[in-house]
Amino acid sequence: MMHYDIVVVGGGPAGMAAAVAAYDAGCTRVVILDREPQLGGILMQCIHNGFGLHKLGRELTGPEYADVYAQDVARRAIPVLTETTVTNITPDRVVTAQSRHGIVKLQAGAVILAMGCRERSRGALRICGTRPAGIYSAGTAQKLINCMGYHVGKRVVILGSGDIGLIMARRMTLEGAKVEAVCEVMPYSGGLTRNIVQCLEDFDIPLYLNTTVAQVHGQKRLEGVTIAQVDGQRRPIPETRRFIPCDTLLLSVGLIPENELTRAAGVPMDPITGGALVDEHCQTQIPGIFACGNVLQVHDLVDYVSEEAERAGAGAAAFVRGSALLNTSINTQPGNGVRYVLPQTITDTTRDVSLFFRVSHPMGKVRCTVRSGADLLTALPRPRVAPGEMERITVSPDLLRRAGDTITVEVEELP
Amino acid sequence: MTYDVVIIGAGVIGGMLARELSRYELSVCLLERENDVSTGASRANSGIIHGGYDPVPGTLKAQLNTQGVELLFEAAKQLNVPHKRNGSMVCAFSPEDETLLQTLFERGQANHVPDLTLLSGEEARLLEPELSPAVTRVLHVPNAGIISPYELTIAAVGNAMDNGVALLRNFEVTSILWGREQFRVTAADGQVVSGRFLVNCAGGYSDRIAAMVGDTFFTILPRAGEYLLLDKAEGHRAHHTLFQCPTKEGKGILVSPTVHGNLLVGPTAVRVPTPDCTSTTPEGLAQSERLAAKSVPSIDFRQVITSFTGVRASTAGEDFILQPSPSVPGLIHAGAIDSPGLTCCVSIARYLTNLLSQQGLVLQEKADWDGTRPDPCAFRNLSDDEKDAYIKANPAFGKIVCRCETVSEGEILQAIRTNPGARDVDGVKRRTRSGMGRCQGGFCAPYVMELICAETGISMEQVTKCGGASRMVLGRIGTI
Repeated sequence: MMHYDIVVVGGGPAGMAAAVAAYDAGCTRVVILDREPQLGGILMQCIHNGFGLHKLGRELTGPEYADVYAQDVARRAIPVLTETTVTNITPDRVVTAQSRHGIVKLQAGAVILAMGCRERSRGALRICGTRPAGIYSAGTAQKLINCMGYHVGKRVVILGSGDIGLIMARRMTLEGAKVEAVCEVMPYSGGLTRNIVQCLEDFDIPLYLNTTVAQVHGQKRLEGVTIAQVDGQRRPIPETRRFIPCDTLLLSVGLIPENELTRAAGVPMDPITGGALVDEHCQTQIPGIFACGNVLQVHDLVDYVSEEAERAGAGAAAFVRGSALLNTSINTQPGNGVRYVLPQTITDTTRDVSLFFRVSHPMGKVRCTVRSGADLLTALPRPRVAPGEMERITVSPDLLRRAGDTITVEVEELP
Repeated sequence: MTYDVVIIGAGVIGGMLARELSRYELSVCLLERENDVSTGASRANSGIIHGGYDPVPGTLKAQLNTQGVELLFEAAKQLNVPHKRNGSMVCAFSPEDETLLQTLFERGQANHVPDLTLLSGEEARLLEPELSPAVTRVLHVPNAGIISPYELTIAAVGNAMDNGVALLRNFEVTSILWGREQFRVTAADGQVVSGRFLVNCAGGYSDRIAAMVGDTFFTILPRAGEYLLLDKAEGHRAHHTLFQCPTKEGKGILVSPTVHGNLLVGPTAVRVPTPDCTSTTPEGLAQSERLAAKSVPSIDFRQVITSFTGVRASTAGEDFILQPSPSVPGLIHAGAIDSPGLTCCVSIARYLTNLLSQQGLVLQEKADWDGTRPDPCAFRNLSDDEKDAYIKANPAFGKIVCRCETVSEGEILQAIRTNPGARDVDGVKRRTRSGMGRCQGGFCAPYVMELICAETGISMEQVTKCGGASRMVLGRIGTI
């Protein structure tokens, strides 16, 4: 069995940033395992720009952003095992992985989980109809077009207005396909406003809100879809059904953190985020196992993935060095208008702690508050908020010390 | 050449018949209209090995079911097909149901079904903790089981091919001519195959095949059933196959574990115009969900990973049609093979072989027949040390392609290379489970496509999901 200070599972943006941060914090025996032939994760198929504005102060494409971190990894000579799939992680941090070279077991001082997420599939949505070719998740289509160079279709309907769906609406259009419609079952888009403008409005692609794909048609290849408006329970309204001929249906209906290994290791999970319960160092409730990036919570910007991963890397390094991670424990919880808050616990009240959260529905002018019981610790006004955009609010040590054992994040709509 | 026997339809009946005939010194050709075997009713069904309490005593179904159970378990072992004798329970919710249970119990005894017992609701819930408290009485059927129907069909055809049977795919029969002691079977694309004997195992299309020689004594009335398949996280909700009381339309909605650890619920029973009506409907899926929850209220339906419709090749009568053509010598019809057809596949194959023999087919056993087939899942059942050694000798088994079901490149190559080799994305999926997990092929499909290209020498544009026009990609970018 090989021994490492830190084993990073996943070499996407989270894994790379975590490995670099751990190394820079003094843990030099770090290894990254990734199932793909190269580092970069899903960024490698995101050839559009818009990455890095917050973190790097530059606007890069996905592969360019990944390359910044891949170079950081290379400069530190952090070993990377590619085409290596982790198949098991034990609570005492033995990592089993499989590659063309065989099965390898690594004993880790700390494990950083950075496996990313996967797309929700058609089956989970229970879209009725036949099962022809031509139905892809948006990310699969993105890989086929951007990485492999193949057209997936000529007339396209997209279900779901998540960011990947919006990006793919533009991408397919640029490649000569006709995007007939983007349907969103919710009354608002789940994507970033900038993507609605730049990917749909700029190309005159219609976005139908409160609308779903009720049925798919075609025996061998997709021949069309029936779309319909939905009622309050998101059920299709029969009289609004409308057939749209198309050969391709792309699904962009949500991302699910890929936590099979995490669950198998027995790490307690948050049912709302789909990721582990963590403290502000991204440590899960199993000591020495950390999680960051989209495996922890689905992010909208990679810049924030990198930031979160740096906290995980530094936290894992501290754990390996034996620095006592303080065990003061304050729980966080979502209040009115908030779906979830991360981290779920705070252990160190000597530093600023950022709380990340998503609102439950779009609102105009609001005030985000952090309270301990009736005590208002801090508040942040925002001109408007939406579930597609992650919010953050920072709480100082003074305030944390004032807090009881639970703090609540809420959003209040202002007149 | 003229084959001794030509079989139309590579479903579980045609496949198992081909395997049965491959025991003998015969030339056999199996014709399949699709790009793969097991694409019709044999693909989408409940995957149940029925105990035999349901068919009316004296019918072919009763006779072949009782014989068929053990024959199928034996074949599944030889062919290394995933199966399990998990037992089944028929649940009563009312006094009327309890009366019906009593009838089924008596029928089962008349059919010589072993070890049948009637349990109280409490007794049943000790064995099956998530069973609804509303269940008042249960018929326990310990000899019943579950099996992967498409893997069984693939294995049967593969084993038949290993023993010399020819498989012709994409052979959609359009005409059958009888003359000079042989059949000439012509396909839509003009191919012709000749044989001395012909067996119609065309499932939902068996009446159309029969009509090609003027036999119109039976009509298939296709009946669709919709299913929901749930994530393995829900697999523990049922250990037995849990039936509700059967109706004229079918054996009722069941809740069953699958051999792969998922949970399966369904099917509905709705008349459809043609056997290819495999569309799912909101009403059908809602009905499957509602009725399944009646048996097991705790099922979390947010864990549904896919839904599908299977179409039963039913007819107006109750029984299987297994008989020589009344008009043409040497032709046997196997029609109306609905439930318990899967359970009876081996006993039906033997019955058909016997009918062929009565028609004059000479059966001389081969000395070197081998009824076994290597386990396609052998790799995944190895220990880590054994896997390590195997990968060192076969590096492709180290590369995971399908992360949800942990399927390696080596297993996918094996599925393409082993009889009957996978030729499309669905074919790989049925053989390896690649794409059958939570992401439903989102990550692995592009890799699987590349492997199919590399192995079969076709281009990406020619790769299909399931043959014919089901192309996965339309061309290189820049060509639209």
